[in-house]
Amino acid sequence: MSIVDTDEPLLKVQNLSKYFGSRVGCADVSFELWPGEVLAVVGESGSGKTTLLNCVSTRLEASAGTAEYRMRDEKFRSLFDLSEAERRFLMRTDWGFVHQNPADGLRMTVSAGANVGERMMATGDRHYGHIRSTAIEWLGRVEIAEDRIDDQPRAFSGGMRQRLQIARNLVTHPRLVFMDEPTGGLDVSVQARLLDLLRGLVTDLGLAAIVVTHDLAVARLLSHRMMVMKDGRVIEHGLTDRVLDDPREAYTQLLVSSILQV
Amino acid sequence: MAPLVVRNVGKSFTMHLRDGLVLPVVDAVNFEVNAGECVVLGGPSGAGKSSLLKMVYGNYAVDRGEILVAHNGETVDLASADPRTIIALRRDSIGYVSQFLRTVPRVAAVDVVAEPLIVRGADKDVAASRARELLARLNLPERLWSLPPATFSGGEQQRVNIARGFITEHPVLLLDEPTASLDATNRAVVVAMIAEKKASGVALLGIFHDDDVRAEVADRIVDVTQFAPGRLAA
Repeated sequence: MSIVDTDEPLLKVQNLSKYFGSRVGCADVSFELWPGEVLAVVGESGSGKTTLLNCVSTRLEASAGTAEYRMRDEKFRSLFDLSEAERRFLMRTDWGFVHQNPADGLRMTVSAGANVGERMMATGDRHYGHIRSTAIEWLGRVEIAEDRIDDQPRAFSGGMRQRLQIARNLVTHPRLVFMDEPTGGLDVSVQARLLDLLRGLVTDLGLAAIVVTHDLAVARLLSHRMMVMKDGRVIEHGLTDRVLDDPREAYTQLLVSSILQV
Repeated sequence: MAPLVVRNVGKSFTMHLRDGLVLPVVDAVNFEVNAGECVVLGGPSGAGKSSLLKMVYGNYAVDRGEILVAHNGETVDLASADPRTIIALRRDSIGYVSQFLRTVPRVAAVDVVAEPLIVRGADKDVAASRARELLARLNLPERLWSLPPATFSGGEQQRVNIARGFITEHPVLLLDEPTASLDATNRAVVVAMIAEKKASGVALLGIFHDDDVRAEVADRIVDVTQFAPGRLAA
């Protein structure tokens, strides 16, 4: 996995907190993300990892803290102060969001090709022939046969839907991709294929990504760095293989020792 | 300065699931590895040899001390480096042949081997052809090259691992029992490859349980039992 050497991070998050009434979603989370870097956020259900992802990706309003993103013009902008139009533009061009359930990230009643093409049109591409050929190319990259381009995702298996969702997200060459349990709910063989695919795409395109997962094996395969969350807080943070092989915190040791060995 | 210098390194494990039991591993570790030299860590099983190698690779954290690595013309303390710096060190300066291959589903052996070169920006075809050369040299049957190594035998996986570790020109190379499950022919190949690394100025640090191999490759032996911590709290 390659990391592009740059001095400036792509994203800077500081003291981010989200409360649901008196309940803590996530509290006081700070991290930076550099181009080409994959950060895994792990923890059990309810640990706050998806809340964190949703706040950083501006899908959910944070209660406190800041998140700054380096835009394509190299200027840092506060994500929480963007106008709705700017936010939407970022979401459909510079960012991708891969949902656990592909139905949340796809339009289920339009064709596979249109699902990919729609993102391209959002970035200003109007040439039908180019859109279709790029869509075919991307379906190939995610291993969906060309003759399925006119089928609706409703007719696809879970693994194919997930691969289509990835194609739809990556076709605009985003610089940052958010992934929420990208392999959750898939058979292990399908999971392996998807992981291999994601790993290759992340390396080839030099993407930065934040991957939320409760699966430590997925985190090991995909990420450079890892944050372990518990009760809304980051309790351990570091190089992925070090956190997994030499965990320091009691909770991380428990998580790692709970992995089933095959 | 030597490409790898270890100074006053100490390490213990705190087992929170065992009521905070503290297992001291090593203390006051001091040694260096010069360019063109192969230093072998000696001592019985459980003395901390593998742990020490993992600390030098950044896989295990250290409690104290410095691990100074020559990196792109500078000296970087890996012991206190942030994750990004450790990743850069691994990409450019410090290679590691682990005892066991951690396989990735669906990735072919030849691509597993070529990856460290591609990550460093090499052309894909050049990296793949270099990978094939190494696999051929290590006598891995050609029919296996395009298969993922998950189902390979121990010796076959180890050769994939060795090829992957040797493919780059890292100035520091760590070897954790690279010849453990190899036959005599392939052991000889690895010994020759180590000699070539030495000749090209690489600093090698390794663990070899096989006496013959150790005698052939070692310039110096650092006895790890001298770093045994005093019996501390338990």
